Amino acid sequence: MKAPHAIDAGPPHAASVVARTQESPTIFTLELRLDDAAAQAAYRFAPGQFNMLYLYGVGEVPISIMSDPEARNGIGHTIRAVGRVTRGLAALQPGDRVGLRGPFGRGWPLQEMGGCDVVLVTGGLGCAPAVSVIHYVLRRRERFGKLVIIQGVKHADDLIWREQYDHWAKLPDTQVLVAADEGGALWPWHVGRVTELFDLARFNPTRAVAMMCGPEGMMRVAADNLLARGLPESQLFLSMERNMQCAVGRCGHCQLGGAFVCRDGPVFNWGEVKILLSHRGF
Amino acid sequence: MFSQPDRARFLPLAHLHALVAQLMQMGYQCLGPAVENGAIVMRELDDPAGLPRGLQAEQAPGRYRLTRDPHNRYFAWANGPQAIKPQAFAAKESLWRVERDDAGALQFAAVVPAAPAQAIIGVRACDLAALALQDAHFLPAGRRDAHYAQRREQLFLVAVQCAEPGATCFCASTGDGPTPTAGYDLALAELAEGFVAVAGSAKGNAVLDALSLSPATPQQIEAARQQGQAAAAAQTRSLPGRNLREALMSRLEHPRWDEVAARCLACGNCTAVCPTCFCHAEIDEPALDGGASEHARQWDSCFGEAHGHLHGFDVRSDIRTRYRQWLTHKLATWHDQFGRSGCVGCGRCIAWCPVGIDLTEEVAALTASEVQP
Repeated sequence: MKAPHAIDAGPPHAASVVARTQESPTIFTLELRLDDAAAQAAYRFAPGQFNMLYLYGVGEVPISIMSDPEARNGIGHTIRAVGRVTRGLAALQPGDRVGLRGPFGRGWPLQEMGGCDVVLVTGGLGCAPAVSVIHYVLRRRERFGKLVIIQGVKHADDLIWREQYDHWAKLPDTQVLVAADEGGALWPWHVGRVTELFDLARFNPTRAVAMMCGPEGMMRVAADNLLARGLPESQLFLSMERNMQCAVGRCGHCQLGGAFVCRDGPVFNWGEVKILLSHRGF
Repeated sequence: MFSQPDRARFLPLAHLHALVAQLMQMGYQCLGPAVENGAIVMRELDDPAGLPRGLQAEQAPGRYRLTRDPHNRYFAWANGPQAIKPQAFAAKESLWRVERDDAGALQFAAVVPAAPAQAIIGVRACDLAALALQDAHFLPAGRRDAHYAQRREQLFLVAVQCAEPGATCFCASTGDGPTPTAGYDLALAELAEGFVAVAGSAKGNAVLDALSLSPATPQQIEAARQQGQAAAAAQTRSLPGRNLREALMSRLEHPRWDEVAARCLACGNCTAVCPTCFCHAEIDEPALDGGASEHARQWDSCFGEAHGHLHGFDVRSDIRTRYRQWLTHKLATWHDQFGRSGCVGCGRCIAWCPVGIDLTEEVAALTASEVQP
């Protein structure tokens, strides 16, 4: 699923910040545009893929692409300011420059989803790699069955894109289920574990594809739950996160058993990784 | 190296310098064994007659000591800490460079290494097998690593049959030695009066032709063959099989991982001396004036704290999971990636472990018992 024009291990392309949105106290979205107009026009990605973003003089970080795959003007990344590079990226303003190489990795199995109900289970910022799937499905609504969007956060304040969730909840054949471990004033959704919402989800498990992205503990519980409801293992996918430094399967940090998460993933079928996920330390 | 005995030639002991001189004349920078800090390392030879004689290395878990070879041979030493790996996969090198102008615009440019044509004299069968694995990692069809390729293509490899394996060697059990079988330009087997010499490439043939050597006699070839068999038989360590994938992956919660973790210092020596380890960190080094920055890679170790680092947590926060990652990658999941084990039996991780952890002993302990969950 890797795009043929992908910028490989070589130097990044220069890109500029065209817009910056503060999503929560620590989460922000950068819309980037490659400075080379032809490269920007030719840039394509598959939902679930990621780019390496380079902050001048500091380093690179792998960030999933959250923009609409059909948007041509910019490439969106929603980022939590948590480490050396991402805290520096958080300080960027429109007009500032970064480096970008990508897209990398294997995205979500969109080709195999036709005719199916689509279930997205995400936790925290795991919603970012999944949001482009939502865009993809909504643009081709007639090709899919029900769309179920399940998102969990630790605290009500951590939920980003509230207006988007409200909007999606009003669409036909679309169900939005949100949970916060800790609610807050005016929190309209469930208080508790995200996996407690599964009883409310309406989909046909024998004709559904489920995609998960979030903390591994959450994904393990969600997988058990979905499989117990009759979802075939072959229809369950997840996006994995590991230390990715080169993004081309070379540097070795992101190995998960024999897989290089940056190249063979980040999206895997549940069956490919379930054994290693049951052991801490892989 | 004995598959075509009619093509084997004989290089008299007194003419070894002529081989080195020939390589130098052909433009190769020649690396050969040299003693540095009490160990045999590969260093540039400035004199064709400068190869040392009579060196040997006594090796044991956590121990490496130079000794004298009573027969005063050139290659009676078993491997030192490094041989080919740093010449193809540099310990540190720049990948690209970026300049920033006053307006903040960034200009990126690839950094291409200047690799001299290099001949390495005295490489062993285990290291040739390891190089083939590094090639598989860095040079897969369609995804070649330009930096590795640049260095790798310049190498001329003069292999030597191991006649005196170290006590830590187990290449016979991994199927990678002690006699070189592939991957060399020239292979030598040292006998008392000289070397049986075989070319493994057109480049190697050209060198042998230039030396005008006589053919090796059947007796010389047979002596070299028997020397290799004796060296294999002399090895005291072994692995219990060439594919330990299921044996190890079915014992991921074995109590032995805790035992070895209690001894392991997580220093990373084993990964630094391992000829197949390929992990490297990517680092950025900004210039002091702020106008440029280099993006480099340097060898990294899965025993380091940062190897499994993710925002907010470490995938492998304790030594138990790091040792298990190393051993299961090397001996188990390497099969998934490259179709064979990642261990070539060189024994370096045993000798250079400061606390003497013995990979073969750990594998034996892990696999001897009933399968654990």
